[in-house]
Amino acid sequence: MKINQKVFLQFGICIIFFGLMGILINNLTINLIRTGLGFNFSWLFKPASFALAEHPLPYTSSDSYAWALFIGWLNSLKVIVSSLILATFLGTLIGFARTGKNSLLGLISAGYITIVRQTPLLLQLMFWYFVGFLGLKDNIFIQIKNIFYVSNQGIEFSGLIFSSEFLALSLGLTIFTSAYIAEVIRGGILSVSRGQWEAFRSLGLSEKKGLIRIILPQALPAIIPGLTSQYLNLAKNSTLAIAVGYSDIYAINDTIINQTGRAIECFIILLVSFLLLNLLITNTMEIINRLILKSRKYS
Amino acid sequence: MEPIVIAKNLTKSYTKGLRALDNVSLKVNRGKVLVVMGPSGSGKSTLIRTFNGLEAFDNGELNILGIKIDSTHDERKIQKIRRRVGMVFQQFNLFPHLSILENITLAPIHVQKRRQIEAEEYGMYLLSQMGIDSHAKKYPSQLSGGEQQRVAIARALALKPELLLFDEPTSALDPERVNEVLDAMRRLAEQGMTMVVVTHEISFAKDVSDQVLFMDSGKVIETSPPNIFFSNARHERSRKFLNQLDKH
Repeated sequence: MKINQKVFLQFGICIIFFGLMGILINNLTINLIRTGLGFNFSWLFKPASFALAEHPLPYTSSDSYAWALFIGWLNSLKVIVSSLILATFLGTLIGFARTGKNSLLGLISAGYITIVRQTPLLLQLMFWYFVGFLGLKDNIFIQIKNIFYVSNQGIEFSGLIFSSEFLALSLGLTIFTSAYIAEVIRGGILSVSRGQWEAFRSLGLSEKKGLIRIILPQALPAIIPGLTSQYLNLAKNSTLAIAVGYSDIYAINDTIINQTGRAIECFIILLVSFLLLNLLITNTMEIINRLILKSRKYS
Repeated sequence: MEPIVIAKNLTKSYTKGLRALDNVSLKVNRGKVLVVMGPSGSGKSTLIRTFNGLEAFDNGELNILGIKIDSTHDERKIQKIRRRVGMVFQQFNLFPHLSILENITLAPIHVQKRRQIEAEEYGMYLLSQMGIDSHAKKYPSQLSGGEQQRVAIARALALKPELLLFDEPTSALDPERVNEVLDAMRRLAEQGMTMVVVTHEISFAKDVSDQVLFMDSGKVIETSPPNIFFSNARHERSRKFLNQLDKH
């Protein structure tokens, strides 16, 4: 391609890009004028006047929209962090089982991965909510001593109460993500050479010890990037909370848009909160990755 | 003479019709060195890998240090065998994320449950025997091939094995590094270690081995003392193989 052709092409792309932006901004201003609301965030400090079923910090309907959004963000964080931890454990176990020598376990985990990955997450969440928890009886379904209760209200464990909405969402996200994590773990394990397996086996180390002490440390550099992207997916998927009625940031945003009509401001808030959340996840994983590379004094 | 390895009619096929091991029988007594030779793909690696259960077989019987295993590949018995049999690989297979000393103390600490100080003391002793104790704190990638293979031998010795298996231990080495590994193996043989060695090193086989076993297409063609095998091999196939080795 000649130089002036290149310049011409780039110039064309710029025109198309700024043209599209112009149309969007124009639409936005026209709509803002039409609704007569203008663009501001002062409404954030007016009372929200809706109740929230779940709030890790004190909240009443006379609190501000801003506080309601913060509670929603905390609720999101709660479900994301708990699912992230559980999915990592479960996914690692299934990934191990998938690559292990036991053929029955291998078959079961392969089946699990196939089923979970080939059905929509929304469907799975609905299943856990309506079939899993609401399907339970009103009165206490399981009771262990006086500290652990299961009913269609959720689970109570020595004073800590987990709502059925939180549990269905957390369980659904955990199971869905674990199947993907299992595949990431499997890929990492397969990236370690066969000779390493033979070496630890010939030293009399058990499969479990060999996996943990020899194979996994060498597989980690291949696992971390895949794991990070699964964590980011999990965070974004958590917005499906709205389907089971869990008050996460997205669900609360939705309610506020309905009440105030402030769609643009709300979406900006949503965008920024997820950006912050995912930057937090990415940076944490980056730090972990760097620590691992640092501990590898070899290679 | 106490037998350490007795193989009876070992047979294994990877795919139908193609036999990796075809009715292999052999015996190695305590303190003896058996060298296994043969063209590539003849089944020699497969054979010694059955001795510590890295490979299963379809038919026949193995008796290693009095522990009998058969085609059922009983994991518990194999685990018992592995605690008493050391193995050295062609590609060294050192653990790259562990230091040299950690490579050696891993099995004593986690398999034999020995105390760390004790395992490290013995590890350092083994490294000094191999002439590489100055590298104890380094990582495998910082060592030359010959040094890595000597670490691998020390690692195999850490469990105080009664039998050592060598799978082409010098094939991946630069020619000038071969002798340092062979010398270490010679010293072990002099100390009375029972060894089964798959190798193409004729000088080693001549000087050190008590018997040479020649394999082709999964079959044992002949088993002879080295002086007979290298000067006057009984079998046409063995002579052809030796001629070819000489040319290289």
